[in-house]
Amino acid sequence: MNEKDIKNLEEIFEQRIARDEKIEPKDWMPEKYRQTHIRQISQHAHSEIVGMLPEGNWITRAPTLRRKVALLAKVQDEAGHGLYLYSATETLGITREELYEQLHSGKAKYSSIFNYPAITWADMGAIGWLVDGAAIINQVALCTTSFGPYARAMVRICKEESFHQRQGFEILLTLCNGTEVQKAMAQDSLNRWWWPSLMMFGPPDAESTHTEQSMKWKLKRKSNDDLRQQFIDQTIPQAEILGIKVPDPDLKWNEKRKSYDFGEIDWEEFWQVVKGHGPCNKERINARIDAWEKGVWVRDAALAYAEKQSDKKLNKAV
Amino acid sequence: MKNKNLYNYILGIADNSLILGQRLGELCGHGPNLETDIALTNISLDLLGQTRNYYQYIARLHDKEKTEDDIAFLRSEREYINVLLVEQPNTHFGFVMARQFFYDVFHLMLMEKLQESKDETLSAIAKKAIKEVSYHFRFSSDWVKRLGDGTKESHYKMQEAVDELWRFTDEFFHLTEADKAMIEAGIGVDVSNFKEAYYIKVSEILTEATLSIGASKYFQKGGKQGIHSEHMGFILTELQYMQRTYPNMKW
Repeated sequence: MNEKDIKNLEEIFEQRIARDEKIEPKDWMPEKYRQTHIRQISQHAHSEIVGMLPEGNWITRAPTLRRKVALLAKVQDEAGHGLYLYSATETLGITREELYEQLHSGKAKYSSIFNYPAITWADMGAIGWLVDGAAIINQVALCTTSFGPYARAMVRICKEESFHQRQGFEILLTLCNGTEVQKAMAQDSLNRWWWPSLMMFGPPDAESTHTEQSMKWKLKRKSNDDLRQQFIDQTIPQAEILGIKVPDPDLKWNEKRKSYDFGEIDWEEFWQVVKGHGPCNKERINARIDAWEKGVWVRDAALAYAEKQSDKKLNKAV
Repeated sequence: MKNKNLYNYILGIADNSLILGQRLGELCGHGPNLETDIALTNISLDLLGQTRNYYQYIARLHDKEKTEDDIAFLRSEREYINVLLVEQPNTHFGFVMARQFFYDVFHLMLMEKLQESKDETLSAIAKKAIKEVSYHFRFSSDWVKRLGDGTKESHYKMQEAVDELWRFTDEFFHLTEADKAMIEAGIGVDVSNFKEAYYIKVSEILTEATLSIGASKYFQKGGKQGIHSEHMGFILTELQYMQRTYPNMKW
């Protein structure tokens, strides 16, 4: 294909996206589109499976049977999200093994929020309420993104995430209606998860890379700062219902903007965690590597067994 | 208590589900791949769902007001009457599958018979559970075959697990006083009637998996009398952590 042909294809491609048509795996796409999508969708998939770890920690310690079952189901949903996001990524011509390799080697990133420790039961509430809440804001826009398999996966994921968010809020509401000890547990949890949740929307717009291209491909519909503001405005009234206080002395309603003003985010901490030096980065990656390496013999066995079975069938047929 | 034998009979079945569900819960997020992770979580969810049905039922038999959580979380170790098999640790995936398989074969046969119980609630729980348990059995027996007849390494590991866990299989068939009374009343299942069928089924699948059946004639018992292995205290430490640390609170 000569340069002119490619240019022509690119134009048709961009026009299709502009018309809100979905791009499917077998359609022609620019290499950069393919690579950007592999990076973003796999990052999302990795976030789901690394995200299973902090909550998975509490399954054996959940305080009631109802909570234990709900938490198990939630973590299982995350595994399911991981599964279809990996499948969506695989349609772009990369294998699950390669994707895992990128996660384990540190080449691929995942949401930094999961590098914070979940140390009390209230954290199961805060993760659902704040982390899933922030994730939904990021993800709702992706339900109409240009790459078909990703958009379809997001529709289902968003439905389940909004259920998780309500579940998290309800965990905290129960604590806040409980004893002083429980209420203090909820407050402590909000104190620890608030700022990292705000960081989930990424660096300020001025420092954010990839944005313009991502907007064009509908991988991003609003800027980091806009989404962050939306999250804050929507979450503060919920904190008021709970009766716990967001740990930001500068937080104030701005009548003119009809929005909350808020304090400075500690971007130094953000970059430290992104670069791999958060409280649990090493533990999370080690847990993933450990599960994968301990599973080698199991996966090998499944493969060997399947081959033997198909040989048997073949012999019978002959 | 209105019916102590009925209470203890159901408790025996329910405690097995609780402790195995708890053991499987430890694995969530750490499976050899996402598909098995999801499947094992499913089994754990089914077992804990069944546990809740049983406990909710027997909570009503208590004189004092009790909840499913009082029964699940607030007993001493000696008051749990699950069999020893279900509390055995997740040593490796072969152990997880062997433990599951030995349990599922028994569980399926039990549920088949329990459907005929004169106790309507128990019969209804069994009718619902049997669909789930048939799936568990299919899953675990498939994996026993895969691992037994997979690679040399997987064969060795699966055989190791079968050999180690075999000694816990006989305890299923021990009848407690409550079991006997409930069999008499047409409510409980006389599990000794299907002991032979159990070992035939187990041997059949192990043979297909190219594994040899456990050679030991010496079996372990005690769980049904509340005399557990040393693992049990640690399971309960985690299980009861919140309820013991923050007593009398709503969650």
